[in-house]
Amino acid sequence: MIDTINAFVLFANFVLVPGLAYGAQLALGALGITLLYGVLRFANFAHGDTMAFGTMVVILFTWFFQQNGITIAPLPTALLAIPIGVALTAAVALATDRLVYKHYREIKAVPIRMVMASVGVMFVMNGVVRFIIGPNDQSFADGLRFLITARDFKKATGLNEGLAIKMSQALTVGVAVLLVVALFWFLNRTRTGKSMRAFSDNEDLALLSGISPARVVAVTWIIAAGLATIAGTLYGIDKSFKPFTYFQLLLPMFAAAIVGGVGNPVGAILGGFVIAFSEVTVTYAYKKFLTYLVPTEYAPDGLVQLLSTDYKFAVSFIILVVVLLIRPTGLMKGKVI
Amino acid sequence: MKKLLLASTMLAGLTGAAFADGHEVKMGIILGFTGPIESLTPDMAAAAELAMKEASDSKKLLDGKVVVPVRGDSTCTDSAAATAAAERLITSDNVVGIMGADCSGVTTAIANNVGVPNGVTMVSPSATSPALTTIEDKGFFFRTSPSDARQGQVLADILKDKGISKVAVTYTNNDYGKGLADSFAAAFKSNGGEITISAAHEDGKADYSAEVGALAAAGADHLAVFGYVDQGGKGIIQTSLDTGAFENFILADGMIGDSLIAAIGDDLNGTIGTLPGSESEGAAKFKEVATAGGLKKNDGPFMPESYDAAALMILAMQAAGSTDRAAIQSKIMEVANAPGEKILPGELGKALDILKSGGAVDYEGASNVTFSEVGEAAGSYKELEVKAGKFETIKVR
Repeated sequence: MIDTINAFVLFANFVLVPGLAYGAQLALGALGITLLYGVLRFANFAHGDTMAFGTMVVILFTWFFQQNGITIAPLPTALLAIPIGVALTAAVALATDRLVYKHYREIKAVPIRMVMASVGVMFVMNGVVRFIIGPNDQSFADGLRFLITARDFKKATGLNEGLAIKMSQALTVGVAVLLVVALFWFLNRTRTGKSMRAFSDNEDLALLSGISPARVVAVTWIIAAGLATIAGTLYGIDKSFKPFTYFQLLLPMFAAAIVGGVGNPVGAILGGFVIAFSEVTVTYAYKKFLTYLVPTEYAPDGLVQLLSTDYKFAVSFIILVVVLLIRPTGLMKGKVI
Repeated sequence: MKKLLLASTMLAGLTGAAFADGHEVKMGIILGFTGPIESLTPDMAAAAELAMKEASDSKKLLDGKVVVPVRGDSTCTDSAAATAAAERLITSDNVVGIMGADCSGVTTAIANNVGVPNGVTMVSPSATSPALTTIEDKGFFFRTSPSDARQGQVLADILKDKGISKVAVTYTNNDYGKGLADSFAAAFKSNGGEITISAAHEDGKADYSAEVGALAAAGADHLAVFGYVDQGGKGIIQTSLDTGAFENFILADGMIGDSLIAAIGDDLNGTIGTLPGSESEGAAKFKEVATAGGLKKNDGPFMPESYDAAALMILAMQAAGSTDRAAIQSKIMEVANAPGEKILPGELGKALDILKSGGAVDYEGASNVTFSEVGEAAGSYKELEVKAGKFETIKVR
């Protein structure tokens, strides 16, 4: 019995807890991509770098707060800076829309041209972020690091295995849940939310019924920028901030959005967790886990690892390809908010 | 227009005056000033420049020549960028020799692509991959740091003495990491130890929890990290401690740096590691010279080796009686090894005098330099342990 608990704790420590946090971060990122796709009908490649930009603003203001002794321990100071980050990032997103995307919308360009334009925006953002904060790792997390450390857990329970829960992980999951609830309430209950859904469902009908397209587009950008900034900040607190890793996050986020069904918010959340957990479970070595569960004589000699951790990124690629081949609409039917 | 012309003529005149000085000898320093060991390289370069300054100030080098360092960035990881930097130093700055490069991969690239083809002597202070022993260098590549074939053996011996018989190994996915992991594995196994898992990690990731999960699952209490101090290695250790996967670490030279202790803190106490170097007379002397020379640190990873690398090329120049690239190469072995008078740091002036009068020197330097026939240091290693937040030398092996 005690062995079963040990096995479960081990699994929770190395797979469940990190997977949940990573999944929540991906889900928030994928939600932004999916919303933009639903309303503006193009895949925004600049989303990863929008995340980096938002996080950068948050970091700069976090440092400012820290220097002036404004903290909210045990919570990380970055939470205080998030509203500023969201506001600035939303402003930048709206400006980009005005400068770049609006033109393509007005000439009713095919979606692929919008996508290419977003690749351009991506490179510009990328450069701006590196220019301002530099290409290196930045750490900005403060406050309490652990809710429970592995050592304390072992001491308290007397188990062989420890379970560590970082403040950042709990925070990530908590904030993600709150945001998702708020977002769904907004989309389903408010006038603006409903007009967004109508616009996404059928643009012409929405226009006929008096919905202002400019307003819908603006609200969508603001929400997407907000989600990106918060997702990026949570990822940065939990792991670390480096412009290049945010650029790399684009792939798993897109995979999450597509696997869940592009344009479908529930799908984006589901997709985020599917991608996160497949990355972690496929590359985890189950030797110790199984050794706890099976009788000693059957204990495995090998590592019982499906794929080496080097191939972590390949997992999201594989899932993406398989889903596109077998079920192109994604797990939940996509394309409509 | 006239003004512009005038200004540019004046500028040309000025720079001409600065560069046309026949008393200058340019020496290249190629280290990873950006990249995964960027916290180590400024001190290494400063140590090399200290040797150059010492020789210049003595006014005895080839009747008063001044050695001017020219820095280039190897990036430590990007072979193309490193090759371009070396190309610039060799063809446009016209350096007589190169002190560098630092990381094994880029060093191999520079040696193969520009160093050897142009006949420029390279003395690396820190490239330690065993593969560099056998590259086709036509005798132009030297290193003042020993090959990792030796470091792997030393690490294995330390673990044996401590009674540690089971370790998990993770290495940075490049020539340095792989070479060291292989040599350590061979030595550790022949000592009767067991390696539960040997897995590579990529540098520059934000998240190492999957890697650490796999390492921990293999079932060992000790984790050997053969990576870089400002990169994945640090991430692996941080994640290991966060998840409670490992509490005991074994580090190789690329992981030794104060920035690691600053980042991790007290949890690192008890960590053991190895670093090329010795507690010899030369090492002590180097500290004095470095302090007197106003360096920021007088004892850091690869600083003694960097000083020695530059000093060797300067002495070879004097022995050859010329700043010709090939002449320098032909004399390096002679000044590095016996017979001759032993030379320690701070005694470059004396060595230059001896060489000028036709005598022989055996440069010992800060790191006990003695070259094998392929031109690499045989090497002694310091066994280190982290005690109360500092790397302390336990003994020299």
